[in-house]
Amino acid sequence: MTDTTNAAGAPRGQSAADLVAASLKRRHRKQVWLQAIGIGAISIAFTMLFILVMSLVSTGWQAFTQTHVTLDVYVDPAEVPVERLPRGGFADVAGASLGAMLPDVDMTDRATARSVRNILSNGAQFHLRDLVVADPGLIGRTVTIKVPVSDPFDQLNKGLIDRDTPNEFRRVKNNEIAWFDALQDQGAISKPFNWALFTNADSRFPELAGLKGALVGSFWALLVCFLIAFPLGIGAAIYLEEFAPKNKISDLIEVNINNLAAVPSVVFGLLALAVFIGWFGLPRSAPFVGGLALALMTMPTIIIATRAALKAVPPSIREAALGLGASRQQVVFQHVLPLAMPGILTGTIIGLAQALGETAPLLLIGMNAFITSAASSPFDSATALPTQIFIWADSPERGFVSRTSAAILVLLGFLVMMNGIAIYLRQKFERKW
Amino acid sequence: MTAIPFILLILAVLGGYFINRMAAREIRDTGNRLHSLTSYHGMFSALMILVPVLTFILLWLVFRGPLVDRLVMGNLPDGVLDNLGTGAIQLILAEIKSVSRGVIFGTPEDWKFAAADHFVALNKRADWLLVVCAGALSLALMYFARSRVTAEFRARQGVEGIISGLMIFCSVVAIFTTIGIVASLSYETYRFFEMVPITEFLFGTSWEPQIPIREDQIAAEGAFGWLPVILGTFVITFVAIVLAVPVGLCSAVYLNEFAPRKLRSVIKPLLEILAGVPTIVYGFFAVLVVAPAIRSFGQSIGLDVAPNTALAAGGVMGIMLIPFISSFADDALSAVPQTLRDGALGLGATRAEMMLNVLFPAALPGIVGGVLLAVSRAIGETMIVVMAAGLIARMTINPLDSVTTVTVQIVTLLIGDTAFDNPKTLAAFALGMMLFLVTLMINIFALRIVRKYREAYD
Repeated sequence: MTDTTNAAGAPRGQSAADLVAASLKRRHRKQVWLQAIGIGAISIAFTMLFILVMSLVSTGWQAFTQTHVTLDVYVDPAEVPVERLPRGGFADVAGASLGAMLPDVDMTDRATARSVRNILSNGAQFHLRDLVVADPGLIGRTVTIKVPVSDPFDQLNKGLIDRDTPNEFRRVKNNEIAWFDALQDQGAISKPFNWALFTNADSRFPELAGLKGALVGSFWALLVCFLIAFPLGIGAAIYLEEFAPKNKISDLIEVNINNLAAVPSVVFGLLALAVFIGWFGLPRSAPFVGGLALALMTMPTIIIATRAALKAVPPSIREAALGLGASRQQVVFQHVLPLAMPGILTGTIIGLAQALGETAPLLLIGMNAFITSAASSPFDSATALPTQIFIWADSPERGFVSRTSAAILVLLGFLVMMNGIAIYLRQKFERKW
Repeated sequence: MTAIPFILLILAVLGGYFINRMAAREIRDTGNRLHSLTSYHGMFSALMILVPVLTFILLWLVFRGPLVDRLVMGNLPDGVLDNLGTGAIQLILAEIKSVSRGVIFGTPEDWKFAAADHFVALNKRADWLLVVCAGALSLALMYFARSRVTAEFRARQGVEGIISGLMIFCSVVAIFTTIGIVASLSYETYRFFEMVPITEFLFGTSWEPQIPIREDQIAAEGAFGWLPVILGTFVITFVAIVLAVPVGLCSAVYLNEFAPRKLRSVIKPLLEILAGVPTIVYGFFAVLVVAPAIRSFGQSIGLDVAPNTALAAGGVMGIMLIPFISSFADDALSAVPQTLRDGALGLGATRAEMMLNVLFPAALPGIVGGVLLAVSRAIGETMIVVMAAGLIARMTINPLDSVTTVTVQIVTLLIGDTAFDNPKTLAAFALGMMLFLVTLMINIFALRIVRKYREAYD
């Protein structure tokens, strides 16, 4: 038995079975190694994803709350005379009532008064002004307002400023910390949800800056993008998939679309800048132009998705309809297209989600301007979510770091929502033929 | 005001539809046999109105602005525009426009007020003219369409002809886009090469895009040699590919052959998340986390790392490309026919040997195509490098140093004011042209490999 199975040249005392077993062991070990490397590679990717998300959440969550101080402001008629509205010393009035809440503060000393006023955000006086302008009867009375504190104190309250840092290296000095603690002891400090992040437009002051302008700008740009790319993309896809004769021109269009899908996005920005703004004279920074550029970028995605969806509809449907006497267009528009619609919508939403996160073309057409009001039409100047992130990421103020992360979380939230809708549509309406 | 023509258009389209359909029904109800369904008669009228009138309105809106500008500037008093450059003339036009909106800075001359009034009057006239023309055109078309309604009229063929035309137009838009890209880039690039010799751009080794503010300013001549810029691009691309290719390929191999089906259906979508994260988020991540981490690690082992090192930008770009490469490789491996797998396993190969010795070589062309597409993406990637890479072009291949890329230079040259008459802004278009050409060549090559390889197994 052993003699016959012994392989030629095998060392004496070792059977072929042993040899095979040894080599099998080696070969299986190799397989285990390969699997381990694969798992390792995937874990690297996931670790990176985890670090990415965690770093955004850990810096960004603080921006979803905002430190406010509750003040009883005596609207002094001497500082705010009714005939000078909407002008008046609102900052002084608010500062004075804040000073009255603090122990041992000499508000007649100008430097002290200024640093007390600096506890309040610059927006506090405008909030007060709006209240008084809306109801001039408040002059001479005491109003209770809840206003944001300025960024350094917001950071202090959130524990982002280390109290152990020596006084001269700290942005908030010892006496200011004492004031803030006094306010906190009186229960005047609160930290509610930061609605201003969604209801305010951009601002130079981190505690006032919000995303409203960016959200509105992104909405207009995406709307324009959808209105242009969706019909054009579907039309092109239907033609290429169902009607186009197989010839050189159709081939050219097809190669062209595939290449267009891989052109760097910044090139579309150059196109928009040179053609839409330079030659056609459309306004800079307008979501309309941004939407046009995004539409040209999104169109190949929609075309490719639509063609795949049309291809998935079985030929039997077409043949049955043709057999009953429908024309070729009736077949497509009344039978094939409705069946392909879920797939088309899924592809469109994914294309729009890409467009929402696209930054470079919008930067080139100037949608990174500093604009403090939301656009009321697609032709007004505006920013978009990703360009707003870019602006904030470049801002030197400490408070903008967490704002940037928060804005990114908002953007990612929108993307997750859009992709969720796409997945839902796919699972709900997808049919196996 | 601009909404009125569109409302008119919608009304005319609806009106045309119902008028023609009713007319067709009347004919049918009197006992005639119609060639087409009544709704096709309606559709014919609607499309006959919609297509020409919409085209007319859009063309009008596009060309009205420049035409009005020219009329206003042509009507200015003699002599005020003498000896002024294009920039100054643009400024005057902008001032006239802002005066016409009631936004007045300083004390403009009287002729500017007159021009502003003229501007407003012209715009108003243009608005009314548009409404009148669009209305008249709609009515004429509606009348024409109504006159075509007869029992024998082949309305369906008419509608289908128009729709075919529209669909062909949609398909050609893609070609127009490419033509637009090539035309705009080449035009601005041509103007750039009129100011800067092409040999200096292609072979120059120093990139300092600045223009002298004064005539006699020293050391602000500006240099436009793109070599250091493209070298920096390649350094960052190289770093990204070195990270992304092994990780992407190994995960594809595991997912394709070894992962249990359930695990695969969880991991694949999760990997897609990495691909769906906007690049600006990666850019911020690179600045916030990766660059400081690399720098402090470098310092701890005694290396001098620049704050915006190419490693950070390239590494983060590599993370972005992992899912891209992995899904391409996964597709390529799945496209290998089952018979090859079965044959290898039947001969006694382990699954690892089958993967490494049979599947992988068979899928290699597809994988190479995917990697090439990833390279082209890395070259064209903008936001990560704008945020995390440097601004100064250096002839270096040291990834610890700070380098700049083509896309960074395009964005920084064009952010802010852009007048298209100096080499600084035009240089951005020249760079864009080179970027377009380089990525286009890689893409065509890669797509051809992928396509050819797919055909071989189909």
